[in-house]
Amino acid sequence: MSGLKKTPLNEVHRRLGARMVDFGGWEMPVQYSSILEEHRAVRTAVGLFDVSHMGEIEIRGPEALELTNYVTVNDAAKLTPGRAQYSALLYEHGGFVDDILVHKVADDHFFLCVNASNQEKDYEHIRAVNRWDAEVVFASERYAQLAIQGPKAPATLQKLTRTRLEEIRYYRFTDGEVLGVRGRIARTGYTGEDGFEIYIGPAEAERIWNAVLEAGEEFGIRPCGLGARNTLRMEAGMALYGHEIDASINPFEAGLGWIVKMDKGEFLGRAALEKARERVRRNLIGFEVTGRGIARDGYEVLIGGDLAGWVTSGGPSPTLGKNIGMCYLPADQAEPGRKIEILIRGRTVEAVTAPIPFYKRKR
Amino acid sequence: MAATYPENYRYTKEHEWVVVEGDTATIGITDYAQKELGDVVYVDLPQPGDSVVAGKTMGSVESVKAVSDVYSPVTGEVIEVNQKLADAPEKVNEDPHGEAWMVKVRLSNPAEVESLLTAAEYQSYIEGSES
Repeated sequence: MSGLKKTPLNEVHRRLGARMVDFGGWEMPVQYSSILEEHRAVRTAVGLFDVSHMGEIEIRGPEALELTNYVTVNDAAKLTPGRAQYSALLYEHGGFVDDILVHKVADDHFFLCVNASNQEKDYEHIRAVNRWDAEVVFASERYAQLAIQGPKAPATLQKLTRTRLEEIRYYRFTDGEVLGVRGRIARTGYTGEDGFEIYIGPAEAERIWNAVLEAGEEFGIRPCGLGARNTLRMEAGMALYGHEIDASINPFEAGLGWIVKMDKGEFLGRAALEKARERVRRNLIGFEVTGRGIARDGYEVLIGGDLAGWVTSGGPSPTLGKNIGMCYLPADQAEPGRKIEILIRGRTVEAVTAPIPFYKRKR
Repeated sequence: MAATYPENYRYTKEHEWVVVEGDTATIGITDYAQKELGDVVYVDLPQPGDSVVAGKTMGSVESVKAVSDVYSPVTGEVIEVNQKLADAPEKVNEDPHGEAWMVKVRLSNPAEVESLLTAAEYQSYIEGSES
């Protein structure tokens, strides 16, 4: 797998016996032992993910807010320092450039976490529309990112930091310390569980990775790959760029209307969304396969024998013990409880639509 | 730990195994194949009475992440299918060369088996695949 980008933990994954795959140009661990066991560890205890492939972009300067609010759909003006929000970058026509997390570090400093395979595109996209007194900085090389996820994530990470984790509420972050070095600690994640995403210097990644595994040992921590990350986020109904969202999909179709703040003022894609909102043609909906088979990305969905949509993500749900997925259907047919059929490798298999998410943790 | 590949089985480059008793062949996938797949969550097999043809797809095995075709190593008629795998596909990971056999086939051309890989040949084949 030459020519692939590597995270600072590449050798560590190999030593742990991970199976490495090409994920959007990055050589990443898909699993260490078993996707099912890794998935279970996150739902019941704690799991550790290397997500250093994710990109970081900073927007800094006196008009950082103006630029951030112009290129994103959520209202960054509502953020106070130490808060994060889920948001998206859109094209003029209303389709997704990417879905992102916006962190407000200070009035003149926003920190964006973006998808690995979109990071260069996102950076160019933001720079191209920048007409404010603000600087766009491509900062991915400065950060390794680890996700510590699961009910035992706080107890695990607290052993390694003097930063008081109980004070960091969901979708908040703090610039604290891990093993004596500076780190940005955010209570965010992509698994549907409690947990943290920490941004640290690449040189510290291996030391902190090993320390987290040791700290979580008493809880049964496991290193987790992209395989479990995908089954976890699918159960939690979270979108994955290239699957639920892409340039041809707008936020209303993807069930992400809640992140679009139409009343915040002008932003890129707003005019197109005004029109799109009036007539949403298709919607994302969940499904459970009731027949025998596993529906996977790209499979066709039929209603009454006619082609009606396509599967965006699909596979077994380890938590539910069912085969689930998400699909696009015409808006007037995308409600839960509808019988559909999925064309699985030449066979039509029965399924029924279901609300998203499939899984919600108990709080 | 290196897996052991039974000496009396024959193997394909697509990672199926076959063992013959009289005119009946029992077919499964190899330990190497189950490791490559990861957690097996679904097995799709032919029905008794179906014909299978050497080198042609006879079913599929799915892991959490991927679908993989299963090719029949031999030609003949399916006389029995391992029904246990429908409810317990994880057996493929646990005991691929034993309990997780997939189908039994009445051979129409027993000589076909001779052209398949021996245990030693298969082992050197997969060692070549592991870099």
